[in-house]
Amino acid sequence: MVPTSIRPQENALELTNIEKKFKKKRGEYSYALKGVSLTVHRGEVVGILGPNGSGKSTLVRVISTLTLPDAGEVKVFGIDAVQHPRTVQRFLNRVSVEASFFKKLSSLENLLFGAKLYGVSDAESKPRINQILTGIGFDVKRIGEPMEHLSRGMQQKIALARALLTSPMLMLLDEPTTGLDPRSKKDVQKLINQIRQGHDSSILLCTHDMGEAEELCDRIGILLNGELIAIGTAAELKQMYGTENLEDVFMAATGTSLDEAEFAPDERGDEAAVAEPAPELVEVGVG
Amino acid sequence: MEITHDHLNKSGWQRELIAIWGYAQRNYFLTKRYFLWEVVWLVYTVMNALTIGFIGVGFGGTDAVYATTFLLIGSMLWSYLSMIFDLLSETVSWERWEGTIEYTFMAPASRATQLIGMGIYAVIYGIVRLVIMLGVISLFFELSLENANYGAAVAILAICSVSLVGFGMVAAVMPLLSPEKGQQVTSIFTAVLLLVSGIYYSVDVLPNWMQPLANISPVYYALNGIREALLHGASFSSQWSNVWPLLIMGAIFPPLGLFLFQRGEIYAKRTGLLKRAG
Repeated sequence: MVPTSIRPQENALELTNIEKKFKKKRGEYSYALKGVSLTVHRGEVVGILGPNGSGKSTLVRVISTLTLPDAGEVKVFGIDAVQHPRTVQRFLNRVSVEASFFKKLSSLENLLFGAKLYGVSDAESKPRINQILTGIGFDVKRIGEPMEHLSRGMQQKIALARALLTSPMLMLLDEPTTGLDPRSKKDVQKLINQIRQGHDSSILLCTHDMGEAEELCDRIGILLNGELIAIGTAAELKQMYGTENLEDVFMAATGTSLDEAEFAPDERGDEAAVAEPAPELVEVGVG
Repeated sequence: MEITHDHLNKSGWQRELIAIWGYAQRNYFLTKRYFLWEVVWLVYTVMNALTIGFIGVGFGGTDAVYATTFLLIGSMLWSYLSMIFDLLSETVSWERWEGTIEYTFMAPASRATQLIGMGIYAVIYGIVRLVIMLGVISLFFELSLENANYGAAVAILAICSVSLVGFGMVAAVMPLLSPEKGQQVTSIFTAVLLLVSGIYYSVDVLPNWMQPLANISPVYYALNGIREALLHGASFSSQWSNVWPLLIMGAIFPPLGLFLFQRGEIYAKRTGLLKRAG
């Protein structure tokens, strides 16, 4: 039977042994995700820290039903996302590094369209758009301007507003502040904090910004070459590795600095790199 | 920032209806934003039809009025039907080009809803263009429409529109299967339809081996039926030979298109092709 609703008492997200590989050439595959298991409790913000090509975006695509895993189980509030994608889709939304809008359309037109795909009518969304945009500090006078006239920071605020309009119980934030100027970055981070405090939403935040992860997340996981090699609170991770900051935790866990990992050869573009096997998972605290 | 969850309590069909309206309204917004381009394309299409009309005047001999009307019916109908086909078949490539494909495909609206929304807008948009074309063309040419049965022509056009929406759905799967080459394949579909459907000539003039291809083109039956209705005043009921293939295609193509599209979507999700960049 197809479930029509989620089970709010369940964990927001449960990933069990997720595997995903992509074909490169005839008979050659590269692993994007290797046995990833992760739980996000209701109301929790979990960060996934990893360099480019570590599998963060593939992980987000698997959860958001855009990519089918080869193995493993994805459960959103207790519902299997592979078996019942449309039930799960109603309760999650996503903000990615690219704002992804119809560039010629205005913010309002994009927001109205985005909301309707989730069954939110104009009559319901219009007052909420005003409320949300005011709340996030967007100048509502610019709501009729084409998206292409807005700065990246403003576009990213509209992307967050689009997600909020659909009242997601699980938000997937895939590097939402990458490429933003420092002020816009602060604004967006402040907004994520507001969402966390004022909205019944659980958040999975993928980032390669250590400060952002530490500031916004209850727990942080480190993803390297498609494997989740450590997860815990920032304090637990620091204690575990005997370091004073997350940079050193990353270095201790992966044997490389985040900057070095960013520039490691990656033949697959934005999917995971084929590299040395990652160290075994170190899990500290709850989760 | 208080967020309500009221819309989550709506029934499935209510949400799908709102989403159908969403797709149609978005396309309307896009048409408005690209208005100057729309004008350019319309002018181009009208000029193209006028050129073809003048060929009828020039080469029609003693029956120039009939020849001109025959050609213009083909030209206008092709402009309408190919536009419906193109809009539907570009469903995926358009989203990919704008960079919104992932957001659309992770939304809970069904694929049928997306294609129906696109189809409804394509039909309304096509009719508006057709009326404008007809108005301009009637200023330039004497047409042989004294016996025309407009009711029968409109009925056949309506049935054919459903087939073409379904045909477009079948073609729309191509860019899902191959982000780089899929849209080119749909252009080949369009070109073959143009060649074998008898838009500007009777299919009898095609080589023998090519003529059977017309039998699987909904455009061929629509043109036959509409020409009979407009040029000879044939009634809808007297055109069963053109109507039944259109009814069958109208019943087969939309569900077939939807089925193939859903299979294509699963393939794209398995192979990682459902990404914003091609």
